[in-house]
Amino acid sequence: MRTPLRPLARILQAREDGLNPDSIEKENLRLRHDAMREKARGRAEFRLLILCASFVLAFGAIGARMGLMAAAVPMEPRTSAPGAEIIAQRADITDRNGRILATNMTTHALYAHPKVMVDPKGVAAKLEAIFPDLKASDLERRFTDGRSFVWIRKVLSPEQMQSVHDIGDPGLLFGPREMRLYPNGSLAAHVLGGTSFGAEGVHSAEVIGTAGVEKALDARLRDPAQGGKPLTLSIDLTIQSTVEEVLGAGMTMLNAKGAAAILMDVRTGEIVALASLPTFDPNDRPNPLVDKNAEPGDSPLFNRAVQGVYELGSTFKIFAAAQAMELGLLTPDSMVDANAPMRWGRHLIKEFEGKNYGPLLSVSDVIAKSSNVGTAHIALMIGPLRQQAFLKSLGFFDPTPLELIEAPGARPLIPKKWPEIVTITTSYGHGMSASPMHLAAAYAAIANGGVMIKPTLLKREGPTTGVRVMSEKTAFEAVKMLRRVVTEGTASLGEVPGYEVAGKTGTADKPKRSGGYYDDKVINTFASVFPASNPQYVLIVTLDEPTDTTMSEERRTAGWTAVPVAAEIIRRVAPLMGLRPKVEALSLEAAALDAVTAASN
Amino acid sequence: MRPVLYVLSFLALIALGFWAYRENYTTQAALKEVQTLQRQIVGLREALALQRAEWAYLNRPDRLRELATANFDRLGLLPMEPGQFGTPNQIAYPRSAFPDIEMPVDIQGEQTVEEGL
Repeated sequence: MRTPLRPLARILQAREDGLNPDSIEKENLRLRHDAMREKARGRAEFRLLILCASFVLAFGAIGARMGLMAAAVPMEPRTSAPGAEIIAQRADITDRNGRILATNMTTHALYAHPKVMVDPKGVAAKLEAIFPDLKASDLERRFTDGRSFVWIRKVLSPEQMQSVHDIGDPGLLFGPREMRLYPNGSLAAHVLGGTSFGAEGVHSAEVIGTAGVEKALDARLRDPAQGGKPLTLSIDLTIQSTVEEVLGAGMTMLNAKGAAAILMDVRTGEIVALASLPTFDPNDRPNPLVDKNAEPGDSPLFNRAVQGVYELGSTFKIFAAAQAMELGLLTPDSMVDANAPMRWGRHLIKEFEGKNYGPLLSVSDVIAKSSNVGTAHIALMIGPLRQQAFLKSLGFFDPTPLELIEAPGARPLIPKKWPEIVTITTSYGHGMSASPMHLAAAYAAIANGGVMIKPTLLKREGPTTGVRVMSEKTAFEAVKMLRRVVTEGTASLGEVPGYEVAGKTGTADKPKRSGGYYDDKVINTFASVFPASNPQYVLIVTLDEPTDTTMSEERRTAGWTAVPVAAEIIRRVAPLMGLRPKVEALSLEAAALDAVTAASN
Repeated sequence: MRPVLYVLSFLALIALGFWAYRENYTTQAALKEVQTLQRQIVGLREALALQRAEWAYLNRPDRLRELATANFDRLGLLPMEPGQFGTPNQIAYPRSAFPDIEMPVDIQGEQTVEEGL
């Protein structure tokens, strides 16, 4: 109801009283404005209140939720539906055919809460009866010195767990554990390495790799997204086992201190078998040597195939020959000076047992007879710089890129300076040390037609690419020379009917720690390629300090030790890989050659 | 008209509330079932992993080699040799026609016998 601004009665009254009627209008207008202002303020205050309340509510809700989340025990979301990764654990490792090399097993750890233990003394005695390696007195001391938590065992077998259950003390508790299991025992132990527990809690423990593939690919194996997908290695379980068996037998027969073998596919770079003896059981990995004077090779943990950096001897000669052919300096039939002994400065370069194959020898014969002097002359034609560059391109100056944690540490030993005498000695594999794995990669480059490929322990799909280090023709000629080493040279015991083995022997004296070389300690290597007409695999066999005592005299040359072992490996392994023997008419000549073995350097 | 609308919306509210209440409980039940199933799956997977490990352990090359040696009398297994590859012409060709059936054999039995279930 609107009140008029100029009520007639009051106006008339004011006119009568001689007052100004406008003041009445002003008065009324002021009153009306006051009322309107009051109303507007009230409304604004109400709105502010609502706004304030909603802000308090909203922030309160957020705050309360945050507090709740911070205080509550973390819980996995129940609604998400996980698939294969329900149990996030370390991925399995399988061989190339999917056979298990490493897997996980659920077991239990044993710990104790001494504060709630009923009879610490009795428990300690009973635990000693179950675990003979624990001492009751130690356990009792730990149970009674006031601590509230004691670890007793990291893993238990089900029988042990039942026995501990039967003690029936409330202070003994079990925590679940994932345990790494290597069902094949010591097979491929150096490839797999081993694992141990990392951070340990009551409810679970981290399993971390300590060596080999387990450590090198630890991140991949622990990745929860790939936990269900096993890691497929290029190793073939059957072949690995055969190689280890034959190598072990050879090592025992030849009284060798150690042995190593590498079998590699020359086209893909896949390592089909990698063995190093003596070996160990990764389920119960031995401790590393602590004695400072001990040689690393004395420990079974030492991987001779990858970590063992040795002077590989005459196996290097083929690189000099191949490079000379690649540079167009020589052909396989060119004659080179091989008049022994050769004098270079104050050094005298001799042949094995002081022989002389000279005065002239064809390049092919230099390799077949393993002539040091001939190789030295070839190397001098090439020159130090080109020789270094070639060996570098074959990977002899860097550690191998293998997926093993030990591989990057195995750096080849290269002479610091490279005068011509080093060129000479390197050409026949002395003065420079590399691992058998380096040799395998370099021989694979010769075998596959001149392409340097990366050796790998992971299964590859399809062929791989690499850098070309020599022409296909040179590689072909080099393999032909290597074949002659077996048919009529130093490695005649390496002939396996049907498989056309080609290879080069190498015997190097072991260097003494104090300098100089041992007279009676050698490293024998046989680097082989088969079948020669279409090379598919490279096999390197290295024996540490072997002696052949089957004949009247002791023999330490590779032709008598590493070669027969390698031949037996090829004979056993090639059919397993589906390589069909080539039927060739056995000529009388070949049979005669089998009997006469000129085992030399 | 308006009161009818009020009554209808009130009824709809009650119906929705009831529906939400039931949905909530079915969801909870489904989640509980999923959890039980997942626990079962974990158990089965663990058992499967263990059996795979057992299989790998029993088939380890060392053991197979020992077994082959121990049972050589019966099995006569030897390591594979290069000479064991055959050629296609070592395989006999199948006969061009099946021989006549001379002595028919009744594989169905003489008469049906009623067996109590």
